[in-house]
Amino acid sequence: MAREARALATMLALCLALGAQAKEAAPAAEDPALESRVTALASELRCLVCQNQSIAESNAALAVDLRNQVREQLRAGKSEAQIVDYMVERYGDFVLFRPRFKASTLALWLGPLLLLAVGLALLFRRVARRRRAGEAELSEAEHARAARLLEAGGDKEPR
Amino acid sequence: MVAPASRLRLLLPLGIFVALVVLLGVGLTLNPREVPSPLIGKRAPAFSLPQLRAPEKSFSPAEMAGKVWVLNVWASWCPPCLQEHPYITELAAMKIAPVVGLNYKDDPQDALGWLTRHGDPFLLSASDLKGQIGIDYGVYGVPETYVIDQRGVIRYKKIGPVTAETLQKKIVPLIEELRRG
Repeated sequence: MAREARALATMLALCLALGAQAKEAAPAAEDPALESRVTALASELRCLVCQNQSIAESNAALAVDLRNQVREQLRAGKSEAQIVDYMVERYGDFVLFRPRFKASTLALWLGPLLLLAVGLALLFRRVARRRRAGEAELSEAEHARAARLLEAGGDKEPR
Repeated sequence: MVAPASRLRLLLPLGIFVALVVLLGVGLTLNPREVPSPLIGKRAPAFSLPQLRAPEKSFSPAEMAGKVWVLNVWASWCPPCLQEHPYITELAAMKIAPVVGLNYKDDPQDALGWLTRHGDPFLLSASDLKGQIGIDYGVYGVPETYVIDQRGVIRYKKIGPVTAETLQKKIVPLIEELRRG
């Protein structure tokens, strides 16, 4: 417990430490088209300081720096894909809110579909079996026995 | 009585539930801040930065070629850096690997004051005033500590403060192993 508490305190301190350095975002002003591309790209990238925010939302110092980085690189004529590569090279796949489709993320992307397929297959099998069971015709002897049972109230059947 | 086969079937949901609890339990105990760095096993990014104590001189990782060394990212505004300071000092005192500081987004005057107050374990500190080199190293939670081998490859990265445990169980053994080659 004490360890967890300390870890939590450390995390908070880290966030605060980086947060305290945060400055106001640079004025969006001069180029609205560029700025909307910056925001679109920035909202696809995770801020690693406060992890459930994108670098578009977060005001942690690092997020501000990375937004500036995105802005400068777009201004320099780099494509969105190149900038995403730049971020992944440094911070790993974790910065992507939508992870790439590749060998190590196969389970992530296909797992739910696979589970759905297995579930549907089991469901269909069950329904089919039940239907077959329902359609099964009774033989003449079974009809006779059923009638006897119904008549006798069920508990007089000879064992 | 229920036949054994269908009794097993009745236990299945319980089994699935237990498996799920174990899976989620493990997930909860993982530390989400410990993101595997894509830089492990890659060459430490090159840079050339002014030295904190002698801004007219520069430092570049290329100067450390042939040595196992430690790069510690720190700042005077960062409380956890103070928390790990005794362990960084301990590591430097062992003299098994030079410890270079990367003073991250700090005011040089504040940084020098911090070193005077708490002691300077570093061979030297390089000033990354704008945090650009920090971005190249994927820094996101100061302090961070990198162990770099003789060929300039990053072998280990610690995010957050170094503790007595990380020092004794990870960093020191790794440095000794790397030094043996």
